[in-house]
Amino acid sequence: MSATAPRFADVEIGFELPRLELPPISRATLAYFAGSSGDRNPIHLDVDFAREAGMPDVFAHGMLVMAYAARQLTDWAGPLSLTEFDGRFVAITQVHEQLHCVARVTAKSAAASGGSVDISLEARNHAEELKLSGRAVVRLG
Amino acid sequence: MLNRDRIGWEFPVLRLTVDRWRLQQFARAIGETNPVYFDDAAAQRAGLRGILMPPTFLFGMTYDLPDQQLALKVVGADLKGILHGEQSFRYHVPICAGDQLTIHSKIVDIFAKKGGALEFIARESKVHGADGTLLAELREVLVMRHAAGAAA
Repeated sequence: MSATAPRFADVEIGFELPRLELPPISRATLAYFAGSSGDRNPIHLDVDFAREAGMPDVFAHGMLVMAYAARQLTDWAGPLSLTEFDGRFVAITQVHEQLHCVARVTAKSAAASGGSVDISLEARNHAEELKLSGRAVVRLG
Repeated sequence: MLNRDRIGWEFPVLRLTVDRWRLQQFARAIGETNPVYFDDAAAQRAGLRGILMPPTFLFGMTYDLPDQQLALKVVGADLKGILHGEQSFRYHVPICAGDQLTIHSKIVDIFAKKGGALEFIARESKVHGADGTLLAELREVLVMRHAAGAAA
């Protein structure tokens, strides 16, 4: 579980969130994610279907990568902090790829109490190939 | 070419209860460890009605249809050619296990790029709670690759 969430006043523009390192995405992870998320698309589970679709193998749900990015945000800002989250799936994440998430504060907007923090984020693999590009807004006290 | 007449097509309205076991499975699948996603006592200490829905979980609920491919069939898309292009969430109220949700989804645009080699389906969803409060909004763009499946 994360430490106490940062205070709005203490956050500086340009701050890099703690990097999130992920284990290689196994076929088991794809199965657990498919079953629990409810996304039954066989392209993530069934190598025969994936090959019929012209893919070399099953590949990860974009939403799995976005879930990892969300973890990085809520680990830092707290589980109830996220108000906006946008992602663009830039490239397919293949099975066995190992990703990391980076995120940086780009703007702050004060409210009556605390305020909102804009964050730009990316998920990349070990070769720094970009998989997910996005932004989020978190509310801090 | 996807069927442009389907712009504005509305999904069947979904009335669903957030399933506690499924939230826990999802949290585990994505490597979450915060007790608020697993443990009722931790959720209660955080002021929640039940364990917390991990933020991206909501997307899957918008496709909790008996036929997940219904929209693809309606617009004439082939599952083998579909990729998730973009996804957006706006969160207004935290959602917890046991919450009763009503989900309205609609295809809001269908357009093409690269001379039609790529087509895009934009869909928006609104999620309301049992008392009618707007809890969250989602928008996604799916990408249809027309060359997919040609190589086998």
